[in-house]
Amino acid sequence: MANKEMVRVEKLNKAFGELHVLKNVDLRVEESNVVVLIGASGSGKSTLLRCLNFLEFKDDGRIFIEGEQVEKETHNLNEIRQRVGMVFQHFNLFPHKTVLENVIEAPIIVKRTPKNNAIEEGKALLNKVGLGDKYDAYPSTLSGGQKQRVAIARSLAMKPEVMLFDEPTSALDPELVGEVLTTMKELADEGMTMVVVTHEMGFAREVGDWVMYMHDGKIVEYGRPQELFDHPKEQRTKEFLGSIL
Amino acid sequence: MSHILDVFIESLPLFMEGLKITLYLSTASLLIALIIGLFFAILKISTIKPLEWIADAYIWIIRGTPLIVQIFVLYYGITEIVLINAFWAGAIGLAVHSGAYIAEIIRGSIQSIEKGQMEAGRSLGMTKVQTMRKIILPQAFRRAVPSLGNQFIIGIKDSSLVSFIGAQELFGVSSSLGSNSFDFLTFYSVAAVYYLFIVLVLSVIVNRIEKRLARSD
Repeated sequence: MANKEMVRVEKLNKAFGELHVLKNVDLRVEESNVVVLIGASGSGKSTLLRCLNFLEFKDDGRIFIEGEQVEKETHNLNEIRQRVGMVFQHFNLFPHKTVLENVIEAPIIVKRTPKNNAIEEGKALLNKVGLGDKYDAYPSTLSGGQKQRVAIARSLAMKPEVMLFDEPTSALDPELVGEVLTTMKELADEGMTMVVVTHEMGFAREVGDWVMYMHDGKIVEYGRPQELFDHPKEQRTKEFLGSIL
Repeated sequence: MSHILDVFIESLPLFMEGLKITLYLSTASLLIALIIGLFFAILKISTIKPLEWIADAYIWIIRGTPLIVQIFVLYYGITEIVLINAFWAGAIGLAVHSGAYIAEIIRGSIQSIEKGQMEAGRSLGMTKVQTMRKIILPQAFRRAVPSLGNQFIIGIKDSSLVSFIGAQELFGVSSSLGSNSFDFLTFYSVAAVYYLFIVLVLSVIVNRIEKRLARSD
């Protein structure tokens, strides 16, 4: 089957002042694929992800979303961001809103979904991520794992075509990582297109269709998880995997 | 002591009029000050340099001059152009004054909201303005409540200065009664009791609001 291209990046460059964070990065993500970005802190993985959602702006290069080249000058980025959901390391839930309000806020404001429909869909999403009993709880009363699952539901409420995960489990206590990864795996199994920055190599191997190892703003190696983890070609990849496994 | 009590009861009708004016004056000026404060807070965080400069200049002038000077300048300035009574001249003067402090309070609390909140809103497709209105400002106001309450208390006490352009609010009433009877100490003490009472009630209200808003924490 010919897979639809969801995200493509060509020769992406990004610098913060003197610091050249992304160097000629290329990436292609097909529909229903899960691409996992791995690499040490500061290797540019998160910046790449944030460029895909236009939370950071590239210096040069090209970004295509569903085949269409997107530039901040010519496109309504708010519309693009509706199609490209993002889950953050620190959840960034809205603390003054209940769990359900967190989920229905954007559909109501941005998509003008009637409130009743938004509530219905929001509850369904929360049930799906296993938080059917927490509609009226405030985020501060939830565990980290629960917060991240709310954040995933909140992002899904906009019915995105692609989901970006920026180290979704890095801020969690070890015993809470599993529940979030399980939710993400279910999402992948349903065919969601996902780009995931993570240090969870088990997840990368099991759920990832492709794994990309980044170092110093460059893509060092890209391949199927089995190849990349079991038979890395590049010396740097070997060193990195050796240091973390 | 029984003398003060007698005076207190005797002067009650006059002081009630003064109290009413103090409350109207404070409420009107604080509501206007909130709008002014929010406006200049948004100018300050706009990242558009000329707008920031306007806000900076306003805050600099207000913080750098005494309130009584501001009230007089405004009163004589405004009455040059339109006929306006002491009440509204005073209310506007107080509002322009408190507005500068409130602008700084609101700016500070907006900037204290984690950057991730704006990013979360934007990542869901919300515009900057929508995120500001629905996500950032509600949280910022919540954080600003204690400082705003404090500023309101200062505003109520500052309203006494409007008596100098002729408003018969609490302080004006006690001055008149004092000069009629030469018993300044007694009437100013009575005025002090009224102010203490207003501030006490306001403190309780602010406390309640703080507690209610803390529900989600």
